[in-house]
Amino acid sequence: MEMQLIFFYVFAVLSVGGALSVLLFRSPVYCAMALVGTFGFLSAIFILLNSEFVAAIQLLIYAGAIMVLFLFVIMLLNLRTDKSPGLTWSLPKLLGVAVSIGILSQMIGVINSPAAKIGPKDIFSPQYLDEKGSVKVIGEILFTDYVLPFEIISVLLMVAVIGAVIIAKRHDTDSGGEG
Amino acid sequence: MIPNLTTPDFLSILPETIVFVMGMVVLLFDLFGRGRPIRNLAYLTLLTLAAAAYADWTLLGQGLSGFQGTIVADNYSIAFELVFLTVTAFTVLISIRYLEDQEFWFGEYYALLLFATGGMMLMASGRDLLLIFIGLEILSISSYVLVGMFQKDPKSNEAALKYFLLGAFATGFLLYGIVMLYGATGSIHLDGIAKALDGKSAAENPYILFGLGFLLVGFGFKISLAPFHMWTPDVYEGAPTTITAFLSAGPKAAGFAALVRILVEGLSATQFHWVQVLWLLAAITMTVGNVLALQQDNIKRMLAYSSIAHAGYILVAVVVGGAEGLGAIIFYAMAYTFMNFGVFAILILASSKGRERVTFDDYAGFGYLEPALGLAMLVFMLSLAGIPLTAGFAGKFQIFKTAVEQGYIWLTVIGVLNSVVSIYYYLRMIVVMYMQQPTNHSISQRAVPSVPLYAAIAMAIAGVMLLGIFPSLWMDLSLESVSVMTAGR
Repeated sequence: MEMQLIFFYVFAVLSVGGALSVLLFRSPVYCAMALVGTFGFLSAIFILLNSEFVAAIQLLIYAGAIMVLFLFVIMLLNLRTDKSPGLTWSLPKLLGVAVSIGILSQMIGVINSPAAKIGPKDIFSPQYLDEKGSVKVIGEILFTDYVLPFEIISVLLMVAVIGAVIIAKRHDTDSGGEG
Repeated sequence: MIPNLTTPDFLSILPETIVFVMGMVVLLFDLFGRGRPIRNLAYLTLLTLAAAAYADWTLLGQGLSGFQGTIVADNYSIAFELVFLTVTAFTVLISIRYLEDQEFWFGEYYALLLFATGGMMLMASGRDLLLIFIGLEILSISSYVLVGMFQKDPKSNEAALKYFLLGAFATGFLLYGIVMLYGATGSIHLDGIAKALDGKSAAENPYILFGLGFLLVGFGFKISLAPFHMWTPDVYEGAPTTITAFLSAGPKAAGFAALVRILVEGLSATQFHWVQVLWLLAAITMTVGNVLALQQDNIKRMLAYSSIAHAGYILVAVVVGGAEGLGAIIFYAMAYTFMNFGVFAILILASSKGRERVTFDDYAGFGYLEPALGLAMLVFMLSLAGIPLTAGFAGKFQIFKTAVEQGYIWLTVIGVLNSVVSIYYYLRMIVVMYMQQPTNHSISQRAVPSVPLYAAIAMAIAGVMLLGIFPSLWMDLSLESVSVMTAGR
């Protein structure tokens, strides 16, 4: 148990550090690599939380597929390092920082509050998940209770693909036409 | 184990299925029908909407529920779905001529409109936060693309990017709220959440309030409530005019449909908290929308702020609650659809090929150049301002009457004062049309006739007058449809 806590803090600090460096690095490639690192550490945290499936998906989809695409795009576009002068402060920015700090302190307050209670887990206890394996449990729920949302997601993906094609396609005024 | 799906399961998603499947058929028609006029697709879309509305009509009163209760076809969702179908039908009617004017020949436009409609319908009928969220995302992604479809126009691109970035940000808030609610209640089904909260102490769980707050921010963005409204005028100004009309009526109604269902069916135990927050938001939203609308010279921007103000009035009805209040939301959404689309149809009819007419100056002397259209515009503006014998008045009257009965005196005072302010900028259009001398910028040629646009204007006039003089036509169904939610709670 002690060991698990230590690992948790190590990965937590690393993933927050990774997220911060995404913001602070100037070169887009560095930013993307820092994001890959953040995803990796996050998936380690998921493993500590007994959800191997989410951890694997996090690595495969986010760190693997999506970030590789990101890197491709960055390299193809040949983006230069951001050369603008460092942070400049303006009233809206200060206001944004103030609001963010306010929300963060509220969140910390909520998590530390003695009244905060995690809801019932039904049958999904760690023992149950260990017994059946989280992949099997997720699969079963996905195709029974959540079969409709699961199917509807395909519409969402199709809309996204159509949208991407329309936005990316070159619209020549003389092509197509009413004929 | 495969779930045992029976006929009610499939019947309960029949209208959504029609819309989604026909969206794909429209895509295929577009693919194989290259060279045929794009207006054929518009007629196919209208047919689809009529079929879905008929399916909704036959399901009325049956209260079906399917797929382990993730989706329902109760009267509440059907009433809202009829509003969405009306919104999309109007959008298609005003699009036919507009797309030809703009020389825009992409059939995907109509397919995306259908998908967006399907997303809205899922938001109204989902009883599971996951399904509501997916519906919202289908709607949002379609809208981002529709806003940015005019690639040649830098303003359209800017609007799409702004809408997309801020929308994605708001989605993050919404998801965070859902996650917190799930953590605190162990369920994302509205019944499960309500069951977990069924006891006073659970409602005091800070995680619930945390989730509630983030949820309100997420939805507040989508329905452009006051502190989260900054994107609205820029997006509405930059988007194609037809899409501006669609955005100001459809997604807002859908956002209200989902928000009210979540608050009333899932989070009624925390009513004390969200009523206070929404009270404040309603007051700010009405005031900000109306005050900023006063100084706009672009009619699209004016209507954007006016739509913010109208969202504020609807929010008053949410605060008031009860069958009377919640029913007023559905009534108002329908009434707003008619008057809003009426104005947009006239804007498009008055525009000509490659020249949009969307500033007040364009309309100087318009009332004498086009007496019939001027009169129609007069009716719509009076309705938006809430003058008696129009749909806008009937809706506002129902909202404020219920608010007074429930003891929300101050909110009513703020609302009525705002209504008075709004008369100034709606009447400005009338003053410009009838009392200003035309300059060389203003419209000097009569509008090119267009049957679909005339049909849209006639339908809008009929809707505004009928709902204004006989409000019970739609009010009865609106009031009755929310009884499924308020009964036994």
